Amino acid sequence: MPRKMRYMLDAKDLACERGERRLFSDISLALKPGGFARLLGANGSGKTSLLRILAGLTRPAAGEVLWRGEKLGDIAEGYGREMLYLGHAPAVKDELSVAENLMFSARLSGIAASNDQCRMALEALGIGNLAPLSARVLSQGQRRRAALARLALAVPLPLWLLDEPFAALDENAISRVRALAEAHLARGGMLVLTSHQEVPIAAGNTQTVNLGV
Amino acid sequence: MFSNLFNFASPQAFYPVAGRMISWFGWSAALLGVAGLYIAFFVAPTDATQGESYRIIFIHVPAAWMSMFLYLVMAGWAGLGLVLNTRLSGMMASALAPTGAMFTVVALVTGLLWGKPTWGTYWVWDARLTSELFLLFLYLGFMALKEAIDDPQRADRAGAILALVGVVNIPIIYFSVQWWNTLHQGASVSLTRAPSMAATMLAGMLVMALAAWMYSIAVSLARVRAIIVAREQDAAWVRSGTR
Amino acid sequence: MTAAIVLVLRRDLLVALRRKGDALNVLIFFVIVASLFPLGTGAEPGQLRAIAAGVIWVGALLAALLSLPRLFAADLADGTLEQMVVSAQPLPAVVVAKIAAHWLTTGLPLALIAPLLGLQYGLPGDALLVLLGAVLLGTPVLSLIGAAGAALTLGVRGAAVLTGLLVLPLFVPALVFGAGAVTASLSGIAPGPHLSLLGALLAVSLPLGLWATCAALRVALD
Repeated sequence: MPRKMRYMLDAKDLACERGERRLFSDISLALKPGGFARLLGANGSGKTSLLRILAGLTRPAAGEVLWRGEKLGDIAEGYGREMLYLGHAPAVKDELSVAENLMFSARLSGIAASNDQCRMALEALGIGNLAPLSARVLSQGQRRRAALARLALAVPLPLWLLDEPFAALDENAISRVRALAEAHLARGGMLVLTSHQEVPIAAGNTQTVNLGV
Repeated sequence: MFSNLFNFASPQAFYPVAGRMISWFGWSAALLGVAGLYIAFFVAPTDATQGESYRIIFIHVPAAWMSMFLYLVMAGWAGLGLVLNTRLSGMMASALAPTGAMFTVVALVTGLLWGKPTWGTYWVWDARLTSELFLLFLYLGFMALKEAIDDPQRADRAGAILALVGVVNIPIIYFSVQWWNTLHQGASVSLTRAPSMAATMLAGMLVMALAAWMYSIAVSLARVRAIIVAREQDAAWVRSGTR
Repeated sequence: MTAAIVLVLRRDLLVALRRKGDALNVLIFFVIVASLFPLGTGAEPGQLRAIAAGVIWVGALLAALLSLPRLFAADLADGTLEQMVVSAQPLPAVVVAKIAAHWLTTGLPLALIAPLLGLQYGLPGDALLVLLGAVLLGTPVLSLIGAAGAALTLGVRGAAVLTGLLVLPLFVPALVFGAGAVTASLSGIAPGPHLSLLGALLAVSLPLGLWATCAALRVALD
């Protein structure tokens, strides 16, 4: 089927309702390898909801999301092997060390990372020295970095869905995340992100989805 | 494929249909209720061992039947809503729960009232009464869960999961309580088995059960209409008053 | 599937190990509840023996109930739960592992300490063994049904009390068969049928609890 081959991620006529309120409707979005989509909109316009729909967490009120031509509901964890979703909450457990957290997250995504790879990933975010520390002692920004270190390990996953990846980061960390994202796109990966900050990301094919007010 | 078949599953389409059906079922309930009570009090003979007090079974037994049957129906709607993702199903389950709980209370109260003259005490840990009590708890839990979740569609789905877990557990709870009852030698006189069932008694009970059935349908339809209006108050068809 | 179970189980046990207080508090609660009853009913040995099984079982139900919020709530708050749902691992495997971890840190300790409480109530040796077996078989049922209740009330106000309202009525069969086994053994009847029924209950609760928990988690994260 030729349709299947055109887009890897194909979201058609999505609508989202929270309570009985319609946040948005008729939103479409399609990505080919190397494609980058930026979701814009005011607070409460549904950026995060749209990203969660693309991740398969939230069910759209209308429309459907296809991955390699198949509906998300039908492929379940098969999608999880190819997609990395980083939500607003960092998913870093206080009781585990920074390295343990990263190792567990990578394994959840089906990536068997070695200790060395984990340390290099943390180094890519500039927090290699924090690896053995308990996550309890991390600052807000360090916690975000620990979460984003997954990007450095998520090389085999073609689709990244990132919710406000630059929030609570300093200049140094922003440029590190940006470098990871650009390398991912250059490899032919796909990226969808929501962001308040105007962080330029070089990509062959950029589209903007504006959810408005 | 299902969109045509389940046209009436749209709240908007169902609203006027329900409105027309309410009076029909309401009147049936009233007529059957009068007929059933007439049989219960004037036609059915006095029981040899229990005298007149046994007549309460004409309310107790149909109420107990309805209380269990309505949980099944509720779980059925809930399951349908989960599988087909129709909005009306969750609303129907919400509308049925209070009626089911009401019949459970009626069955419990009539059981108490019958217990006093028969056993000399209001409450005995009879297997059926105890099961009925736990059925009431299941209804209350269902309603409390739906009440606690703000988003109505999430509430519908969570309630549906609970109702399905409940419907699998009810027979197990019922069986376990009976098992417990025989083990601890509780009351051996059961209300439902008490009088040898004469034909007129059976007839009276069936008529009353039918009345309870009609009543349940009428009340749930009225309630589901109220739920539809409350949930869809922003929708154009509710605002324009075309209902 | 197995790899996913091992992965999540190891993580949850590691987290529990570093928060020993949580599991320990549940255990202490259990002991306190069981120790209160004689003060209310009087310590006449015959009477204590008669209520022992019921008291210990109800104590175990309440202790299990108290431990339920920590099953998913912390993972929901820090974002780990949604990572597990969107992960490459099948959700039922994740849920099995989390429930198994919950049982290992709650049900198993409860079962191991139950015979000690039985001693307090003057249960004879064979009844103590039956008690141990019954609580061992029954507590996984509590974890499975309880997990569904905890998942259904995730992120809901008043979740703790609501969970009790939802799951305690569903705990009835476990209570009846579990306490019944001990009572039967006390009165010289073979406890086998009760224990078999507990086993059957576990066999039903496993798929039911798993399905309900997975479905409820998806609803909670929607």
